[in-house]
Amino acid sequence: MNWSMIWQLFVQTLDASTPLLLAATGEIIGESAGIANIGLEGIMLISAFTAVYADSAFASPLLGVLAGLATGLLLGVVHGYISAYMKGNQIITGTGVNLFAAGFVAYSIIAFFHVAGYYTIDLSLTVPKIYGVSPIAISSLVIAVLAYYLLFKTQIGLAIRACGENPEAADSVGVRVELVQTLTSSIAGLLTGLAGAFLSIDWNASITKQMSAGRGFIALATVNFANWNPLLGIAGSFLFGFFWVLGEWIKSIGWLKQLIPVDLFNTIPYLATLVVVAGLIGRSRPPKYVGVPYKRE
Amino acid sequence: MLDGRLKEYLTGFAEVVVAIVAGMLIGGLVMVIGGYNPVDAYYQLFVPSLTTGYGLEMTLSFATPIILTALTFAVGVRAGLFNIGAEGQMYMGALGAVIFGAITLPSILYLPLEFIVAAVLGMIWGVIAGILKAYRGVNEVVSTIMLNWIAYWIVESMRVYVIPNPVDASKTVSVPPAGRLPLLVEGTELSAAIIISILVLIFTYFLLWKTAIGYEIRAVGYNPLASRYAGINVRRVALYSFIIGGFTAGIAGFCEVAGRPPSYAITTGLSNLMGLGFDGLTVSLIGYNHPIGILLASIFIGAMKAGSRNMQIYARVPLEMVQTVQGLIIIALSIPGLLRIISRRIGGVR
Repeated sequence: MNWSMIWQLFVQTLDASTPLLLAATGEIIGESAGIANIGLEGIMLISAFTAVYADSAFASPLLGVLAGLATGLLLGVVHGYISAYMKGNQIITGTGVNLFAAGFVAYSIIAFFHVAGYYTIDLSLTVPKIYGVSPIAISSLVIAVLAYYLLFKTQIGLAIRACGENPEAADSVGVRVELVQTLTSSIAGLLTGLAGAFLSIDWNASITKQMSAGRGFIALATVNFANWNPLLGIAGSFLFGFFWVLGEWIKSIGWLKQLIPVDLFNTIPYLATLVVVAGLIGRSRPPKYVGVPYKRE
Repeated sequence: MLDGRLKEYLTGFAEVVVAIVAGMLIGGLVMVIGGYNPVDAYYQLFVPSLTTGYGLEMTLSFATPIILTALTFAVGVRAGLFNIGAEGQMYMGALGAVIFGAITLPSILYLPLEFIVAAVLGMIWGVIAGILKAYRGVNEVVSTIMLNWIAYWIVESMRVYVIPNPVDASKTVSVPPAGRLPLLVEGTELSAAIIISILVLIFTYFLLWKTAIGYEIRAVGYNPLASRYAGINVRRVALYSFIIGGFTAGIAGFCEVAGRPPSYAITTGLSNLMGLGFDGLTVSLIGYNHPIGILLASIFIGAMKAGSRNMQIYARVPLEMVQTVQGLIIIALSIPGLLRIISRRIGGVR
């Protein structure tokens, strides 16, 4: 183990943690205001597709990232509006988005790229790296720190958290609960959209119909692990991200491959997530009114 | 009283119809953007599969597994749980059944053993999430999705390394003819699996509405706090709900392996199983998580699945469009009073 290997491991873990951290940070902001979104998985997947689409249509990674952001934002607004203003069932809306995404992306890969299930872009179309590190990965850390500052050190953050802890009290002091909830849900969508773009046109140079591969749900586990604190979210996403790297690393060990079917190692990140979440009992406390539509008396 | 109830049912039905129409309209838009003809697509999707004998038989064959996975979700919701693990539980069930393709047994034993092992494996997969929920407080949304992926890779490795088909690399070994459910109509995919599916549906109905366990499940789903004060063991109820759900999803896996020609096996990337668990979720939500609603909804979604091949061949729309429309219907369904909102808007325009 020398320095370059440690650096390598760090970069790989950072990459694997980035989509988790972005989605988890967004979801922490959203849930702090009382809106839960289990559709992160779907938002990530659709944004990954639109990012690839815009990227290859305009030969511009920047436009690809913007397309991913815009897609996430749009889906976040829709989820927020249905949840906050129409008092919809947030779990069901999120589930609908996940189902829609799975169908829509598989359909769109065929409809727009005329291939089934898998489309690759040229490496020159991926987001350029800075000293071998993705700028999106670095921003994910910055965004998490900013989110912490926003939530816990500003008046706006106080208002956001009030919407999730005691919407009635927030309402009575003039906070427009529905508006705050829709905006925070939009931020959650926006950041998850960035996570999607990162998956398809930064970390990888492709889109597959199962690109998000459960990461949206691991982001939900990260939110829980982080106890709704974005700084702890960094630690959580690094932990969960590390398991993805670990799985790939174990897969490359020659003699182990002879003993155990290599596909079985793909279970490692999911198994590890389960074990970590099971060990968390009683440690975390969600915002009191998360998932409950606020109805004025 | 009956009048009020009838009105409630009719409103519920109308709400579902509105959500379906809304979902299909937006789905049509998606098709237009993709350069397809939505009218043609919807015609191919529904008309042959609901108006021809062969189409109806195929519709029923596709309704078979999704009735069972819908029950998984419904029993969860009735207990206040969001069990979206039918997918993985069904994979494990299918694995439990297909293993018998590699085992030599007296022919009479195949079907009962396939059924039992499938149901038990599905149940074990469900109960893991149940234990994590009841004793470790793990959110079932996260745990069931993790378990789905773990099941996917377990079954996929088994398919490649343990029970591959020696002559056809695209699937596992097939269960022997003695381990297959008889076809109800020759030349279709409709087998006796539909009978099993409906029997399980009736059984689940009785369990939920006519037994003490079912009463406890529904009570906890309705009001967990009050149920606890009334002396119901809420943890045990969560476990029961996952056990029953895993059981029905496991049977869905059995039905696909033992009851669907031509492969009677698990195909590459689990392609013949993939999505059946989530289809059940759609069926259950459209059917208001009630057995009778599930039966009706399974025919609707079954028709879409049966028609999807027609749609792909004749309207050239990729069959994944079906799941896209399902997702849109669910999003529309999540909006309470959608019917009221729309009728008010229309009234306002007048």
